[in-house]
Amino acid sequence: MAKVVMTGNYAQSYASKLARAQVVAAYPITPQTSIVEKIADFVSSGEMVTQYIKVESEHSAMQACISAAAVGARSYTATSSQGLLLMHELLFWAAGQRAPIVMGIINRAVAPPWSIWTDHTDSMAQRDTGWIQYYCESNQEVLDTVLQAYKVAEDPEIRLPAMIMEDAFYLSHTIEAVDVPPQGEVDAYIPLKRSPWVLDIEKPTRMGSFMGPDIYMEYRYIVAKAMQDSRKVIVEAEEDYGRRFGRSYGGLLPTYRCDDADVVLLTIGTASCTAREVVDELRTEGKKVGLARMRVFRPFPEEEIARLASSVRAIGVVDRSWGFGHRGTMFTEVTGALYKSKSKPLMKDYITGLGGRDITPQVLRGIYLDLLKIREGDEEMEWWGLRRPEKEVKHNA
Amino acid sequence: MKTYKTYADLPGAPIADVPSQEESTAGWRTTRPVLDLKNCTKCYLCWKYCPDTAISVNDEGWPVIRYEHCKGCGICAAECPKECIVMEKEV
Repeated sequence: MAKVVMTGNYAQSYASKLARAQVVAAYPITPQTSIVEKIADFVSSGEMVTQYIKVESEHSAMQACISAAAVGARSYTATSSQGLLLMHELLFWAAGQRAPIVMGIINRAVAPPWSIWTDHTDSMAQRDTGWIQYYCESNQEVLDTVLQAYKVAEDPEIRLPAMIMEDAFYLSHTIEAVDVPPQGEVDAYIPLKRSPWVLDIEKPTRMGSFMGPDIYMEYRYIVAKAMQDSRKVIVEAEEDYGRRFGRSYGGLLPTYRCDDADVVLLTIGTASCTAREVVDELRTEGKKVGLARMRVFRPFPEEEIARLASSVRAIGVVDRSWGFGHRGTMFTEVTGALYKSKSKPLMKDYITGLGGRDITPQVLRGIYLDLLKIREGDEEMEWWGLRRPEKEVKHNA
Repeated sequence: MKTYKTYADLPGAPIADVPSQEESTAGWRTTRPVLDLKNCTKCYLCWKYCPDTAISVNDEGWPVIRYEHCKGCGICAAECPKECIVMEKEV
């Protein structure tokens, strides 16, 4: 296997080339990234044979991918922040139409204020669209996960689109040596197959047509069921990938030093690598801390969280996104998942790292030490590191 | 038209496998246009204005309402200069 030094953005581009995406549709300027710029290079040099469609908006980019899927073509696109928000309507269409599109997302803060730094609000806001969501913590994982995502998305029982997230700058513009698997082995892992339910001139059908209340619920249930079933397929696709390429990442919710942990922090994206270092450091000081990483947010790793909760005293959630009017996005989901579980650890939501504010080892160390002290009845949420006026009366947001 | 008993009978994606011509939308209607040809001048304004092309013209040149596609909007009745079309309540 060949190591290529590349950014997280290029890891997406290389993966789409390895997957032999037949249609790539993208809006070429901000908030687009160098992902599609690199794909354009591949296409112009002849390294990648694809229908490369430059469209007038992200909304159209997604429509072009849905249309490509409608004729059974493998498609890829990428966007971030405002671009993803503009796609919102069509994300539902993609999932509802069972279009197995794979899309790269650079997690960037949502404006205003205008920002280009990392924050997970853009993709968290797409939670209910019916897309599988993976969050990566290294460029290698990005490349590997895009390939796995095609395997899952195109599984005949699943047929759902998937988005592969990576943190802006921490991955998107950071260079790492990435193992690029041989083309032949990738072809064997994700062969192009004929898709079901595609437009066929021999058997004319209509897509996107009106259907009444007698049947709408059943169609939504089909998507809901596919999403439920995808849990197993995600794990299997990763195991298969691991056997072929020697790398795997631990399923939906990889854990680190959690076995005898007193408290566990739940992170997402690149904050996880930093947290792992902090866990090691605190362990040498005799503190029983562990880490769990939300690698897959949709489908939600309900069982994995319940299992984790059964053995720890407290769980802290590091949320890099905030749901106005309620709580951090992951926190609400994690607490919800524990509603029916017998053991209910103490929980605390740490809102931090918004708009690219650095989540340094010192920040995470502070959070771990705070979590170790947690007692019944303590505050269950904190905007960690917020610059507050000294005499401010504390309130819950 | 196919009938579906449970979700398991449906295709995996919402695909309509019959032409829209064969799909009835008559159930949307609360009032139905009733055409009296006595004063009809074959001006075809009803045919022209029908937003669902639910009015066709027969071999003898008379307008015919295709009730399986008529949603009962009443535009034909409003446009007919000879008041040949009356909207009656569906029962």
